[in-house]
Amino acid sequence: MAFENNVDIDHPVHDVRTEAIRNFENKGFPSKKEEAWKYTSLNSLQKVDFSIFPKEFNALEYKDVKKYFLHEIDTYKIVFIDGMYSSYLSETTHDGVDICLMSSALTKPMYKQIIDVYFNKVASRDDSLTTLNTAFSREGAYIYIPKNKMPKKPVEIIHFATGNETALLLQPRNLIIVEENAELQVIERHQSLTTNEVLTNSVTEIYAAKSAILDYYKVQNDLGSASLIDNTYINQKSKSAVSVHTFSFGGKLTRNNLNFFQNGEYIDSTLKGVTILGEKQLVDHHTLVHHIEPNCESHQDYKGIYGENSTGVFNGKIIVDKIAQKTNAFQQNNNILISDKATINTKPQLEIFADDVKCSHGCTIGQLDEEALFYLQSRGIPKKEARALLMYAFANNVLQSVRIPELKTRINKLIANKLGVRLGFEL
Amino acid sequence: MLKITDLHARVEDKEILRGINLEVNAGEVHAIMGPNGSGKSTLAAVIAGKEEFEVTQGSVELEGENLEDTAPEERAHKGIFLSFQYPVEIPGVTVTNFMRTAINESRKAKGLEDMPANEMLKLIREKSELLEIDRKFLSRSLNEGFSGGEKKRNEIFQMAILEPKLAILDETDSGLDIDALRIVANGVNKLKSKKNAVIVITHYQRLLEYIVPDFVHVLHNGKIVKSGGKDLALELEEKGYDWLKNEVVV
Repeated sequence: MAFENNVDIDHPVHDVRTEAIRNFENKGFPSKKEEAWKYTSLNSLQKVDFSIFPKEFNALEYKDVKKYFLHEIDTYKIVFIDGMYSSYLSETTHDGVDICLMSSALTKPMYKQIIDVYFNKVASRDDSLTTLNTAFSREGAYIYIPKNKMPKKPVEIIHFATGNETALLLQPRNLIIVEENAELQVIERHQSLTTNEVLTNSVTEIYAAKSAILDYYKVQNDLGSASLIDNTYINQKSKSAVSVHTFSFGGKLTRNNLNFFQNGEYIDSTLKGVTILGEKQLVDHHTLVHHIEPNCESHQDYKGIYGENSTGVFNGKIIVDKIAQKTNAFQQNNNILISDKATINTKPQLEIFADDVKCSHGCTIGQLDEEALFYLQSRGIPKKEARALLMYAFANNVLQSVRIPELKTRINKLIANKLGVRLGFEL
Repeated sequence: MLKITDLHARVEDKEILRGINLEVNAGEVHAIMGPNGSGKSTLAAVIAGKEEFEVTQGSVELEGENLEDTAPEERAHKGIFLSFQYPVEIPGVTVTNFMRTAINESRKAKGLEDMPANEMLKLIREKSELLEIDRKFLSRSLNEGFSGGEKKRNEIFQMAILEPKLAILDETDSGLDIDALRIVANGVNKLKSKKNAVIVITHYQRLLEYIVPDFVHVLHNGKIVKSGGKDLALELEEKGYDWLKNEVVV
C-alpha cells in the first residue's frame, strides 16, 4: 500500500499525521499473538488489494438507498459515498449547532481552535488501527453542539460503498463535541451496496462536557462482503451521560473497540449491544470503561445470539483507579448458541484499585429454555416462531433504553428479519 | 374425546407413567389428584406433547386420532390446552401481541386468514372482562412481574380466547388466594360446555369446591390407583393419601 504518494503535506494536522504514520509503521497490523486480537484475525483482510483513495465520485439516488435511512422521521444527514461526501444526500446545518464535515472543520480557520483542543486527543496514539486512520483519513462527520443547545432532530451518519472498486478501504474520521448541558442523538451506519469487498477502519472521537447528554446508536447490518473496525473513544466530564448502543446483525468481520474515559464525577456511561449472527460472521466487542474519578457509574449489557458458523467475542475491561471511590460498575454479557458450530468467547477483565466500589459482572452462555419453548408451542405457536419470540425476549432488555421510538421499531424489524420470522405483529 | 390407553412414559432413564388408562368424554370434568411425585404434571405434559418425555408404550388419542409424533403446537391446533403450573415470562412481548400470535398461528394451521384487528380486540376485551382482567394488564409483557394469581388468571384468560376442546389445568389453584381462586374457577365454569372437557390436576380438594368434577382419579406411582365420584376428593382431604397407599400395597 503506497500511502505516501497521497499524503497532503500542507494538511493542517500534518504533524499529528506524521507521528501517526511513524507509530503505525512501528506496530503494523495487530496479529492474533496480541491478547486483544486473540480471537479475531485480520490476516485474510490484509491479503486483499484494497484501493485506498477512489478516484471517481459515485452518485446514488435517494430512492435507491432510502431504506437505509431512518426515513420515518426528519433527521440531519451526513452521507458519504465510497468515502466522499455526498451533499446531494446530506442535510447539514450551521444554525446554532455545527453538523457538517470533518474536512471543512480541519481546513477552515474558524474551527482551528476546536481542532487544536480536540482532534486526536482522546483517540489512542499507539493503537495501530487508530493511528492508521489518523494518518490517512480524509473525511467524516464533524458535530459541534454549543452550551445548552440541542439540535432539533437526530443526526444520521451513513457511509455507502457502491462497489465500483473491486475492494475498497474506507477510513472515516468523526469528531463530536457536546458542550456543557447540551444534547445530541446520533445514528451511525455503514452500508455496502454490492458484494465487492469493503473494509472500513473508522475512528470516532466524542467529547461530552459537563452535564452533556449523548445517545449514540450504531446499526451494523452490512453485507457479508463488508468488514468494519470501529474505534470509538469517548471522553466524559462531570455529570455527563453518554450511551452507546451497538446493534450487530451483519457484516463479515466487525470489531468494535469502544472506549470510555470518565474524567469527572457523577458520570453515567452506558454500553449496550445486541448481536445476532449467522453464516460465518464474526463480531468482536472490546469495551473499556476507565473510571478515573469518584462517584461515577457504568452499565454494560451485551446480548448475543449466535447461529450457524458464526463467532462472537466479548471482552469487557473495567479499570477503577485508586481515587475513583464509590464507583458503580456493572457488566452483563449473555449469550445463546443456537448452532453446534457457533462460538462465543467472553471475558470480563476487571482492574480495580479502589476499595469502596460496587462492581459486578456476569457472563452466561446457554441454549434456549426448553420449558419456555414448550409453553409457547402449547399455545399453538410453531417451534420456529416460538424460538424467535424467545430470542426476541432475550434481547429485549437492551432495546428498552433506545430513546428514538422509530429507531426502536426499525431495530425490532431488523431482529424479526434476522430471525427469519413473521410474528403477526409489529415487534 | 380423550382416550389414554396403557400409557408409559419416561424422562431419561426414569419411568414416571406406568400404565395410565383414562377416558374423558365431551361435557365431563375430571379431577386428577395424588401426592407429590406421583406423575400428575408429567401426565399433563405428555398429553400436551412435551418432547422431553418419551412415550415407551401405550397411546393418547384425541377424537379417535393417535397423537403419537404430533408436535405440541399441532396438538394446540387440534384443541388441547394446558394451563401451566409455572407460566413462562416473555419480556418485551405484550399479552395482547402474544395472544394475537397464538390465535393467528392456529388460524394459519387451519388455512384461515389472520383474524381482523377489530374482531381480535373485541374478543380480547370480552374475555378479559370474563376473567376480571384490567385493560392495562393487556399491554404488559407476558407474565413478567406478574403475581402468582395474575399468572394463573392469565392462563385461564388464554384458555378463554383459544376455546380448547380439552383443557388441562395443572395445579391452577396453587398460589391463589380465595378471591383469585373464585375468579379463575368462575372463568372455567363459564367456558364449560357439552362440547368440551376439562381435566383438573390438583393436590388439594379446595379448587374442586368451585369446579365440581364428575370423576376423581387418584394417581400414585405413575398409575391411577382409584377412581370415583366427587366424594372421593372429600375422602382424600379427610384421610390424606396414606390410607390409599396402604390400600394399594395390600
